[in-house]
Amino acid sequence: MPQDVSALQLVLSGDPALFAIVRLSVVVSLSATIGAAVIGLPFGALVALTRFPGRELVVVVMNALMGLPPVVVGLAVYLMLSRSGPLGSWGLLFTPQAMVIAQTILIAPIIAALARQTIEDLWVEYRDELAAMDVGPAGRVATLIWDARFSLLTALLAGFGRAAAEVGAVIIVGGNIDGFTRTMTTAIALETSKGDLPLAMGLGMVLIAIVVLVNAAAWGARRAGERLAQ
Amino acid sequence: MTMRAPITDVPIVLDAVSLAVRNVTILDNISLSLAAGAPTVLIGPNGAGKTTLLRLAMGLVAPTRGRVTRGGRSDTPPTRRAIVFQRPVMLRRSAGANLRYALKAAGVPRADRQKRVEELLALVGLAGLAPRAARKLSGGEQQRLALARALAKDPQVLFLDEPTASLDPAATKSVEDVIRAVAARGIKVVMSTHDLGEAKRIAGEIVLMHRGRIVEIADAATFFGNPATPEARRFVAGELLV
Repeated sequence: MPQDVSALQLVLSGDPALFAIVRLSVVVSLSATIGAAVIGLPFGALVALTRFPGRELVVVVMNALMGLPPVVVGLAVYLMLSRSGPLGSWGLLFTPQAMVIAQTILIAPIIAALARQTIEDLWVEYRDELAAMDVGPAGRVATLIWDARFSLLTALLAGFGRAAAEVGAVIIVGGNIDGFTRTMTTAIALETSKGDLPLAMGLGMVLIAIVVLVNAAAWGARRAGERLAQ
Repeated sequence: MTMRAPITDVPIVLDAVSLAVRNVTILDNISLSLAAGAPTVLIGPNGAGKTTLLRLAMGLVAPTRGRVTRGGRSDTPPTRRAIVFQRPVMLRRSAGANLRYALKAAGVPRADRQKRVEELLALVGLAGLAPRAARKLSGGEQQRLALARALAKDPQVLFLDEPTASLDPAATKSVEDVIRAVAARGIKVVMSTHDLGEAKRIAGEIVLMHRGRIVEIADAATFFGNPATPEARRFVAGELLV
């Protein structure tokens, strides 16, 4: 199949246009993962370790938001950042920053919900022992996050995987501008509709390779954790 | 110049203590003094309230009625008392790291911790196992590591909740040897057990509990030789107390 060969050649020859798209995709998704971790991990820990009225509702909403449709997030961020929107003066629409914002909103609930579950499960296990050792609140949080670090890393990788693979949000707020806001997923959609299948397939191969690498890293982290846990 | 007496946790005095959870009485009007000396062993059937009594004396739960004092005070932080739960949970770290964690929590300076880890592991017969993942140790080894972890804070009082439940005879003996060594160091041991034989081997004082109440308190020789109450006589005779 000549098209396969062309796609493979594009990847193997290090085509600059292709790798610029790959680089932007990775940078945007990585930035979104860091942003979502900064928001999601403390929020998940807070919900795991505190009791307050309406907590059950927060947990249900947080879990439900894991399935947030990317296009809806994209639309909401578009409305916020558009010229007539409340944050229109920032001038961020159709920039990589807008894409980072949209992906951060998309994956923060995933990281928060997984962190909440992980930390709460460990807290149930550790509660009596930490109380008996008279460990204070800050020490408890530090202990739980440290001992759950491999599971929490898996949560971050799950967030990254979701961000890297989504197309709906970034195409709305980024605009798929060539050389500026074009990511792997938006380029695949565009090139496929244009009929440039070799580039679309090349990008698809790289995207799948990245997703496989992310999952391999998650698997490795989990195994490393199991060596010290059960 | 006056010198302040060092803070002490003993005697632990429970004065007409009751504990109810959602209108279910778990401990009913318990009065008990746990003084320094030979181990006190709580015996009684399941649901008698042994575990709850240990947790209450440790300070992990508060009574709904009555008063608990330790060394004459009612506000002592748990710095000089420790507990080993029936199913101790090891942190997801190595055996040595579990002990270092407990030593840090107890305020032992970093420079002294490694030496203390080795001492504690030797005391419980686990020398050389510091690098092993704590959760991969056998049940008996985990129980002894839990004892070492409890001893990290150099307690005056050590509460043990069924420390040999589900252990085989060899593992039971190794845990009981540690308990005797701990008691010989002057640490007050307060433990619960189902096992009459274990109570005979360890106890200086016996507290028989049944349905949330104390039925009989006596020194071990008297309790086993001349039990005063019908419940104690049945229990010593090996009959089921339900």
